[in-house]
Amino acid sequence: MDIVVNHLTKRYGPQKAVDNVSFRVKAGEVLGFLGPNGAGKTTTMKAISCYIKPELGDILVGGYSIHEHPEKIKKNIGYLPENNPLYQDMNIIDFLEFIAKIHRIPKYMIPDRILDMVRTCGLEGEKHKLIGELSKGYQQRVGLAQALIHDPEILILDEPTTGLDPNQIVEIRELIKRIGKEKTVILSSHILAEVEATCDRILIINNGRIVVDGTAEELRKQAAGSEILRLGVQGGDVNDIFENLLLLDTVESVDFIDVNKQIFEVQSMDGETSIKAVFDLCVAKGYYISELTPTETKLEDIFRELTLH
Amino acid sequence: MKQIFNIANRELNTFFDSLTAYVLIIIFLGFSGFFTWLYGADVFFLGQANLNTFFTVAYWSLFIFIPALTMRSIAGELKAGTLELLLTKPVSDWQLVLGKFLSTFYLIIIALAPTLVYYFTLWSIGPVDHSAVLLGYVGLLLMSMVYISIGILTSCISSNPIVASLSAVSIGIFFHIVFGVLGTNIMGFFGRVFNYLSLSTHFDSLSRGVVDSKDLIYFFSIAFLCLFCSKEILSNRNL
Repeated sequence: MDIVVNHLTKRYGPQKAVDNVSFRVKAGEVLGFLGPNGAGKTTTMKAISCYIKPELGDILVGGYSIHEHPEKIKKNIGYLPENNPLYQDMNIIDFLEFIAKIHRIPKYMIPDRILDMVRTCGLEGEKHKLIGELSKGYQQRVGLAQALIHDPEILILDEPTTGLDPNQIVEIRELIKRIGKEKTVILSSHILAEVEATCDRILIINNGRIVVDGTAEELRKQAAGSEILRLGVQGGDVNDIFENLLLLDTVESVDFIDVNKQIFEVQSMDGETSIKAVFDLCVAKGYYISELTPTETKLEDIFRELTLH
Repeated sequence: MKQIFNIANRELNTFFDSLTAYVLIIIFLGFSGFFTWLYGADVFFLGQANLNTFFTVAYWSLFIFIPALTMRSIAGELKAGTLELLLTKPVSDWQLVLGKFLSTFYLIIIALAPTLVYYFTLWSIGPVDHSAVLLGYVGLLLMSMVYISIGILTSCISSNPIVASLSAVSIGIFFHIVFGVLGTNIMGFFGRVFNYLSLSTHFDSLSRGVVDSKDLIYFFSIAFLCLFCSKEILSNRNL
């Protein structure tokens, strides 16, 4: 099922939480929603799952509009809200049974579905406990189980890994990846590594507007623009090497990283690569390369650059 | 329709799990039993085989208990965030409101059911006016319906259960006493209006064994109006 968001605008009082946001998620895609706190991630997700009505704009889920057929959309969406609200005084099995009934899963299938969810989400040891007695990580698993129990085509997860320990985070990521093979998944996070590890596509949102839409690679290219090399050259005087490097056609600028070890940072012109030129220079002058590493721009840097104004 | 029952059943289970239901039933039965059979102007004092004493006691105690039951219905869900969980499932606002309504209504029925023993006891003592007793129960249920819907409305308005409960009681007081007092003190058109608005007028005529469509319309229209407003408030939420 495709999700098409058209000119979505939602206001809380005078403040626009989401401002004219449009994007499209194809069936089977895993979309990561990034942004600083209060950027409008949660609002957009709430609107897709029909919890709030936007002032302007429309969202089509599998061709159905949230304004006209919310019931049909809700049937196909599994939603894990931000703070994972659960009925604390119910036990896991009763809770999942209630959710299954609400989703109108046929009665004969309910026990199987519950067992399946308990297994998938690793709740076997805890299944008879009250939800209020569970640790945060297990509650998060129950939240995932309730979102998955009706085998929805679309999964919307609002910060699915908050409060989990590193092992659990890896487990949940694996789970999302596995699910993402068959279903459309939208997940929000402000942990970049997580989005990079799980998502096909990244959407960065800031102050209610989309600032970036693309894959992690595209994002890097777009932000980095030019190639940066960490280069160690020996076999000559540091200053000579520096000047010779600067004279190369493809090189934009050269910086010292470590004068004693003769390590430089070489930035190429936009869209050019200097690796071959550097190599030829060394051959011509009798230098030798002790180190050559392309520096990757970290997603964190891109994120900071895009959202800090 | 099934969604309404699913929600109502879950809610009812929560009432019993959290002991609220047991406390309510025990207090209600103790209270009404004590005043009906043992103390003050009790059944034996009347010299007639009717349950009017019980109906008066129940009329007051339900008025006080119901806001305590409904105060958390929507407000609690809102506070815990579970409203988001429910409304992103295939549940409409109407189904949620009616489910909440029905769960409290069930509980009132369960609390009233054991008092049928009073009726059978009385029947064994003397000739009972069966229709008056039956209509008395119907009156109690209709009255509960009105107060439950008022309680759900205030629970939608405030996310604080205490505020919700107190405002339900204060709105309830108008129907319970104030309109009645105004109705008897003011003459003419307004007097008649207040008299019609007073819940006790309609309840009394029912528990005397008189069915009038006017009374039924009164109960159902207030309940519907409150539930409708609740649903509208829920639909127009800006969360």
